[in-house]
Amino acid sequence: MAETNGNSGNGAPAGNGSGGKSVLTTLVEGSKEVKDRALKEIETYKKPEKTDLWKSILRVKHDETPRSRALGVLSNVFLHLHPAKINRDAVAYNYTWGMGGISFYIYIVLVFTGALLMFYYHPSKVVAFRDILYLEHDVPFGKLLRNMHRWAAHLMVITVELHMFRVFLTGSYKRPREFNWVVGVILLVLTLLLSFTGYLLPDDQLGFWAVTVGTNMARATPLLGHDGPFGLELGMTPFNDVRFALLGGSIVDSNALLRAYIWHCVAIPIIASAFMVVHFWRIRKDGGISGPAPVMLESEIKERR
Amino acid sequence: MDWHQLWTILATPDNVPITLLLFVIPFYTWYGLRQSLANDRLIEKLEADPALAKTHHRKTQPYRPEWAREVHVWPYLLRIEFLAAIIVTIILFVWSIVLNAPLEEPANPTLTMNPSKAPWYFLGLQEMLVYFDPWMAGVVLPSLIIVGLMVIPYIDENPLGNGYYVYKQRKFAIWTFIFGFIILWVSMIIIGTMIRGPGWMWFWPGQTWDHNRLIFEVNRDLHEILGIRNRWVAFFLGGGATTLYLVGAAIGIHKLITLTPFSKKIYKRMSLLQYVTMQIFLITMLSLPVKMVLRLLFRIKYVWVTPWFNI
Ligand code: HEM
Repeated sequence: MAETNGNSGNGAPAGNGSGGKSVLTTLVEGSKEVKDRALKEIETYKKPEKTDLWKSILRVKHDETPRSRALGVLSNVFLHLHPAKINRDAVAYNYTWGMGGISFYIYIVLVFTGALLMFYYHPSKVVAFRDILYLEHDVPFGKLLRNMHRWAAHLMVITVELHMFRVFLTGSYKRPREFNWVVGVILLVLTLLLSFTGYLLPDDQLGFWAVTVGTNMARATPLLGHDGPFGLELGMTPFNDVRFALLGGSIVDSNALLRAYIWHCVAIPIIASAFMVVHFWRIRKDGGISGPAPVMLESEIKERR
Repeated sequence: MDWHQLWTILATPDNVPITLLLFVIPFYTWYGLRQSLANDRLIEKLEADPALAKTHHRKTQPYRPEWAREVHVWPYLLRIEFLAAIIVTIILFVWSIVLNAPLEEPANPTLTMNPSKAPWYFLGLQEMLVYFDPWMAGVVLPSLIIVGLMVIPYIDENPLGNGYYVYKQRKFAIWTFIFGFIILWVSMIIIGTMIRGPGWMWFWPGQTWDHNRLIFEVNRDLHEILGIRNRWVAFFLGGGATTLYLVGAAIGIHKLITLTPFSKKIYKRMSLLQYVTMQIFLITMLSLPVKMVLRLLFRIKYVWVTPWFNI
């Protein structure tokens, strides 16, 4: 601005008579100025990480320094579960198989596709099945969405089991990580329950009979089921035992569908997310992942504390 | 050989995860145990040469003195995570485009599905229903599996093998887990998927699933086989047989966990509570294959019949 003012200040004494030409020159010169500045600015946009906008979002200056790399991880909500630096061996695929991280990623995929499915699904008899048909045949990409939710759920069961397998084989549940193993087992159970509660939701024969078989076992619960050992003695009937509580009735019907829906879409995801937060937090607090550690020899065993 | 039947089972979209398991489980077992055996050899070398054990040679990963001990998460870990996310996404997209999630007829309580199967990850439990009553197979054993997994860190007093693959230092632990996970859990899932057909009958791979097939096999209780009629005699006989199993299994397991000088050393570190807990879970775990053998080879239905429960 200041410079433009200076130009018109210079132009003014050149003569009032040729005022038209002078305005034209100023305009041309002015636009040249703007063009040069624009070019210069565009040059800086080639490095977006240097702009104020970028800094305001990510909170750190971007330099090619170790400090700024560390800050980039630490000052980001999504990344700060990671430390800034880790043991160089800890990134070896042959050690972790990446299965914990992959399980978590699949969980995110499931939450995302699940939320989209919820836009089209009503948890009531007759309508539920029709919603699935609608999803499969009319909703754009509905079939892909449903398929992906289904297969991701199956894949997650596999990756979680493999994760547990590798944690066992590397002895990573040993001190100080005992409790994180317990949290892990809870996560495994929740993963299975999530899958199972989802099975009923399409309200087709497959889900109906799977859930019938599953909940029929509940009637045989010792003490708490009307068919189980000591159930009758404790006054259990089909109308007050655990199976009744699970199904919201004595048969697999609309109440059972609603209950499965709420467990599947609300309760278990919240519980599982909470346990995952604890799981990840504990990995950090227990000193990162357990290895690959140097081997220990039998002669080095210390006495029990 | 009914190839069509075999193909129908393998190609059912919901069975694809099991076909996947068939490859993935052996692969990762091999992948892990291969490293275990390599580390076993390393440990042998170190034990022979104590000076070597004081150097970087005890590391299980490649090492060069000039390498930094730590690396930045950004980019060295995040790029791997990003790559893994992309690969998983691609796999899921391809899988979802190629195969459709199953949708059967609308639920119909009056039309029983035969065979009516639980989702595949629960087929191990459903298979247990063949050998135990529902209160045991459907409630007690699953709960014990969960609790049993949870107590593993608290009963394993072996301090070796923390943070690296190894076999020789943890033989018993590794065999127990492989037995429970692969032999019992995974293979029962595979049996439940591939072998069990209509009426939950046993069909070998390639055998046609005949809905009208009848098998005349009579499963009898232990006391019936021995020709005992009196209820009380039968009760005490069954109780005796069960106790015999419990004692025999306990002794056998004790022998196993004190087999070598090293395992004796670990055994001495265990508290009484740890020992008893371990015994309870191992005896229960072993009862499954024992009952399977009794049923499949000797056609025994129940060992112990009581007015309240049958085992
Ligand atoms: C929803 C399921 C689960 C998720 C998302 C999850 C996620 C993770 C992640 C990301 C790690 C970091 C290391 C790695 O990727 O291997 C980890 C470590 C660990 N997980 Fe899990 N996990 C789950 C289930 C389990 C289960 C079923 C167990 C065991 C029964 C378990 C026990 C552990 C332990 C002990 C560690 C520490 C390992 C070490 O220090 O090497 N987790 N988990």
